[in-house]
Amino acid sequence: MDRGPPQCARCSTGLNCPWPSPIPERGDLSCRMHTCFDVYRCGYNPKNRIKVYIYPLQRFVDDVGVPISSTGLSREYNDLLSAISDSDFYTDDVTRACLFVPSIDVLNQNSLRIRETAQALATLPRWDKGMNHLLFNMLPGGPPDYNTALDVPRDRALLAGGGFSTWTYRQGYDVSIPVYSPLSDEVDLPERQPGPRRYFILSSQTAIHREYRVELERLKEENGEALLLLDKCSNLSQDMASARKRCYKGQMYDYPQILQESSFCVVLRGARLGQATLSDVLQAGCVPVIMADSYILPFSEVLDWKRASVVIPEEKLPEMYMILKSIPPRQVEEMQRQARWFWEAYFRSMRAIGLTTLQIINDRIYPYAACTYEHWNNPPVVKWSSVNSPLFLPLIPPRSPGFTAVVLTYDRVESLFRVITEIAKVPSLAKLLVVWNNQNKSPPEESLWPKIAVPLKVVRTKENKLSNRFFPFDEIETEAVLAIDDDIIMLTSDELQFGYEVWREFPDRLVGYPGRLHLWDHEMGKWKYESEWTNEVSMVLTGAAFYHKYFNYLYTYKMPGDIKNWVDAHMNCEDIAMNFLVANITGKAPIKVTPRKKFKCPECTAIDGLSLDQTHMVERSECINKFASVFGTMPLKVVEHRADPVLYKDDFPEKLKSFPNIGSL
Amino acid sequence: MQARKKYVLLGLCTCCWLLLFYWGGLQERLLGFLARHRNEVPRPWPDWLDRALLPAYVEPGKLEGSGGVGESPQQRRQAWASIYKDSRCRMETCFDFGRCRGRDGFRVYMYPPEKGERVSESYRKILASVAESRYYTADPREACLFVLGIDTLDRDQLSAQFVSNVDERIRGYPLWNDGRNHVIFNLYSGTWPNYTEDLGFNVGQAILAKASPNTEHFRPGFDVSIPLFSKDHPQKGGERGWLLRNSVPPRRKYLLMFKGKRYLTGIGSDTRNALHHIHNGKDIVSLTTCRHGKDWEKHKDTRCDHDNQEYERFDYRELLQNSTFCLVPRGRRLGSFRFLESLQAACIPVLLSNGWELPFSDVIQWNQAVIEGDERLLLQVPSTVRAVGIDRVLALRQRTQMLWDAYFSSVDKIVLTTLEIIKDRVYAHISRNKLMWNALPGGLLVLPEYSTHLAHYPFYYLNLGVSTGQEFTAVIHATSPLVSQSQPIMKLLQVVSKSKYCSQIIIVWNSEKPPPQRSKWPPMPVPLIVTDGRRKVSTSSRFLPHAAIETEAVLSLDEDTVLLTSEVNFAFLVWRGFPERIVGYPPRSHFWDPVKKLWGYTSKWTNEYSVVLTGAAFYHRYYHHLFSHYLAPSLRALVDRTSNCEDILMNFLVSSVTHLPPIKVAQRKQYKELPGPQSTNMAPWANPEHFNQRQECVDTFASWFGYMPLVHSQLRLDPVLFKDHVSVLRKKYKDLERA
Repeated sequence: MDRGPPQCARCSTGLNCPWPSPIPERGDLSCRMHTCFDVYRCGYNPKNRIKVYIYPLQRFVDDVGVPISSTGLSREYNDLLSAISDSDFYTDDVTRACLFVPSIDVLNQNSLRIRETAQALATLPRWDKGMNHLLFNMLPGGPPDYNTALDVPRDRALLAGGGFSTWTYRQGYDVSIPVYSPLSDEVDLPERQPGPRRYFILSSQTAIHREYRVELERLKEENGEALLLLDKCSNLSQDMASARKRCYKGQMYDYPQILQESSFCVVLRGARLGQATLSDVLQAGCVPVIMADSYILPFSEVLDWKRASVVIPEEKLPEMYMILKSIPPRQVEEMQRQARWFWEAYFRSMRAIGLTTLQIINDRIYPYAACTYEHWNNPPVVKWSSVNSPLFLPLIPPRSPGFTAVVLTYDRVESLFRVITEIAKVPSLAKLLVVWNNQNKSPPEESLWPKIAVPLKVVRTKENKLSNRFFPFDEIETEAVLAIDDDIIMLTSDELQFGYEVWREFPDRLVGYPGRLHLWDHEMGKWKYESEWTNEVSMVLTGAAFYHKYFNYLYTYKMPGDIKNWVDAHMNCEDIAMNFLVANITGKAPIKVTPRKKFKCPECTAIDGLSLDQTHMVERSECINKFASVFGTMPLKVVEHRADPVLYKDDFPEKLKSFPNIGSL
Repeated sequence: MQARKKYVLLGLCTCCWLLLFYWGGLQERLLGFLARHRNEVPRPWPDWLDRALLPAYVEPGKLEGSGGVGESPQQRRQAWASIYKDSRCRMETCFDFGRCRGRDGFRVYMYPPEKGERVSESYRKILASVAESRYYTADPREACLFVLGIDTLDRDQLSAQFVSNVDERIRGYPLWNDGRNHVIFNLYSGTWPNYTEDLGFNVGQAILAKASPNTEHFRPGFDVSIPLFSKDHPQKGGERGWLLRNSVPPRRKYLLMFKGKRYLTGIGSDTRNALHHIHNGKDIVSLTTCRHGKDWEKHKDTRCDHDNQEYERFDYRELLQNSTFCLVPRGRRLGSFRFLESLQAACIPVLLSNGWELPFSDVIQWNQAVIEGDERLLLQVPSTVRAVGIDRVLALRQRTQMLWDAYFSSVDKIVLTTLEIIKDRVYAHISRNKLMWNALPGGLLVLPEYSTHLAHYPFYYLNLGVSTGQEFTAVIHATSPLVSQSQPIMKLLQVVSKSKYCSQIIIVWNSEKPPPQRSKWPPMPVPLIVTDGRRKVSTSSRFLPHAAIETEAVLSLDEDTVLLTSEVNFAFLVWRGFPERIVGYPPRSHFWDPVKKLWGYTSKWTNEYSVVLTGAAFYHRYYHHLFSHYLAPSLRALVDRTSNCEDILMNFLVSSVTHLPPIKVAQRKQYKELPGPQSTNMAPWANPEHFNQRQECVDTFASWFGYMPLVHSQLRLDPVLFKDHVSVLRKKYKDLERA
């Protein structure tokens, strides 16, 4: 068959090129991002995304027309490149690219002619000493010594390699990647529930060193049925089939299905450190027991392998059983789940491997936009159920500078003035902010307002919206906000001050006075709002509640779905929405403070004249159902406690109590 | 039919091969075409029609290779040890794991300093930290790790602290063994003008715990990068971070600041000499001075005078406090004091120090606490930090505080972190994962010997999205012999076992009499275990990590505690909401006595409390382990000697972990309160001597911790309807209101 003309850009690599084709240098072990990577090519960009260029496919032959690779473009490398080109890393504009990926397939060193491949690399138009070039290699080295990094001289190119040892891996420069297993694509192993399996330890590799096999057999003798020690099937005719079969004493097992029958699966080093078995094992949800001294685990820069595997020094192989037995069963279950997740996210396809590699490099170039530990390591189910509170540091903020009271009002001036006068008595009040929500009427002129000791500020809103009460006004300069309705005059100064003190101890929670509860209505099969006096609380009304100003910001800018508009349209449930928001992001219940009080219709927030009728309550039940569906979960937490002053109702002189005036009606 | 299929396939096949061969040519044409339509969709990688026909990158049979024969693994390991030495050291090749297999596991030996040895203040502190750590041993034979008595902190030959002839002296150490299993602490290496990383003596195969290492020389997984700290750095405790509140919006007066030397020449001057470019006089303040070294005026340039003047106008501490971001550029060396200073001040460090292996980079995820800049991109720094959103600023800032407090605020913490990192490598399968190192309360307070499973700790429920266990174990501390069936303990057993949340009861028998026979105890609906605590010295044995405790929650009880089942139930439900704290009944408080200049302790009724007694309290069982293994043996000895203060110590411990107060819950009146002085009851706790001891304990504990970890609270958690004017029929915990 005709090989076709050599298609290296204008000539083939080799001696008859018009210019000498240089051989790149071997690869500098001291290379790091700041020494061998041209960061100016990536530049500042608002999306914090690197741009990746892929060289067009070329066929490289030497001067006598023999290709540099025995396989040419492999299916896997093709998949990898097409995944990159489909991703938003891709650019076709070579001048804008930050990273260059050659279309020369070097996944498997064994199919390469090393020197010629190196020459081919050097002919790439933007090669420039390999600067910002990324090579993907899964099977490095060759007999007899199997180097742990690709032997092709590659100048300063970054290497995404599948079998690095600590001596060849340039930390923070190279990326350690998995050895792709074709079984990932061929075999569909459904995820199994974590839990104990038929076997405790399984060894399925066929190319285990004799010494290690002897050791494993000894373990098998000692521990019997708990271990399953598989090997090649000797009686099979075709080697194609042998990849999918394993045998033990004439008994044949399907591979990789059998891996699902074991809690732990051995992944021993072979001639190379990286083993495709690791991928099969993870796919089966079996916890890998990795014994490959000095091996840099795949994507170890971002993945926490201690949660998905057990790494044991080769020397300690005889102690393997004992070590694994000491792991708590619940941890094994977590590891099984974690292992499967790693496969699904990072091992299952060349696409996953390629894009993960690019993301890691991206994280280095834009470290301030890097993905978090949780993003990389938490399986979706954990991401869904776990919380990472934005206010996670245990701080009890100092008493000063106090809190800002925000009063939402429409036109009940008289009541408003009474509220202002009452609140002004609270020692820790720092500022009073009146949110004037009536566009048709101006607030009373300055001289008419009550004279109080702290600054009083009125802000007028553009629209009569309930969400205005939660706007993060610049005028709020304190961390603590007291949201209070213009008709809440029954709270004493002691009660309010105490509420603030409680908030200081729980600055990441809603701390409020009247408590409410959500209940599951079994008859209707939906959530129900409960305002009766109950033994439990899951919400506090924001008609009188302390909370962190950060939640204003969240409410205004990060409220999921259409909740905010819904609240404004219905003029109801802004407090329920706030309770959902805070519970969802902190995973914590609100705190109800102080005993029962008679509140004058605390539910009918800013809307004047709306009575506490049945429809209003029905609507609040609807809110709960609506919000739960938007959040996709029920974030509210139910508790049975409220906070009182330490000496509340204790037999102790009232005048010595810090907060004597609590609970009076 | 079959034949047709074959032809179709063959046809396709040929097509694709042709495509493959002529792709190059075709493509050039395509490129030309595309050039005319630049702004259209980028041409993606071709979607091969015959993808399936491309060869696999490796034949399935060859994937594993043939490892059955070939070099023996054992020989390979031996060969490695001789190849990978010195600058290529790794734990596998340069560390003798055999030394750490002793009964006591990880033990650290310190060479005694020689007579007349001059040891710097900082090194003295390091040695003191080692000597005080729970890993210290005075016997070199059982040591796994060795620390030199020679001060190696300052290896700058021009420095006054420089110790000469180190080479000669360490070779005289009989246990030196080419540095194997030794750890060498160093803060400064090299000298003017190059500041190389050379220590001026042969470290051989010793682990370097070094400040400002360069990634190039750093032996990954072997050396440890430590922070540069000053000689005034406190031995223990240490100042808290400066962050008091999470203001929103989180921006401070200045966006970004730098105040420091401008090197006009020499190493590091590239960066330092450019810093003034980003100064805008408004929200970015970058102040440099030329005034340093003896002959600065020789190199003086036109900027110097003006800059020096500007420089004097701003106070460094004030800038630290009022800036959102702080530039931490390299100096002559890669690390600088300002790194820790910024961290403590919650001024998010913006690093400009290419190649610096960050402190404890093995375990700390720095990109969640600092902005890693690039010296080459100095001019991009302003726009980069401007673009950091408020959520990120809040998160970064809180993380600076978490890390400062967990690993850096004292020499003790720095040294202990170094040791723990090495220990995690030695016992890799019983080590901390990255979450343990990076989530609150930090790795030093997570002892992996207790468990490697996250859900076994009280700290990670929210991170994992799991909830606390539904049951508790009651641990009753019994000291009086069993003589009557009406003794308080009998009643207590009944009350506790009636709780639907109680899964088992353990009696720690601490009486002089042997524990009574099984039949003497009443029949129980839950398993009852009696452990003989007498062999283990008394008082602290109640907090021994009894293996029998199967639940996360422990209800610790004195034998004479009087409780109701509903009180127990309520407190347990409260604990489930605060699993990292102590939740209990009788409160106590500490205070500062300005006259005696001592910490005091009071059992009076006050409006706030900082201790709840463990005679009746819920807490997580992990605290048993911490109590027994984290605290210094001397503290437990004090508790045992005086049979007192174990509850105070437990409160100290838990508050030092959480930085939060315990939680007091509602209780009925009858609960044994400390009677007035007129009481004739001579229970040990009524003895004034007993009370004085408790005063002393508070002070002793505070000095061991290096600060006062106890925190006050003003609130009590009561049932929602507690003493409200509603029908008792509505109340779940009506029993609590009975007088």
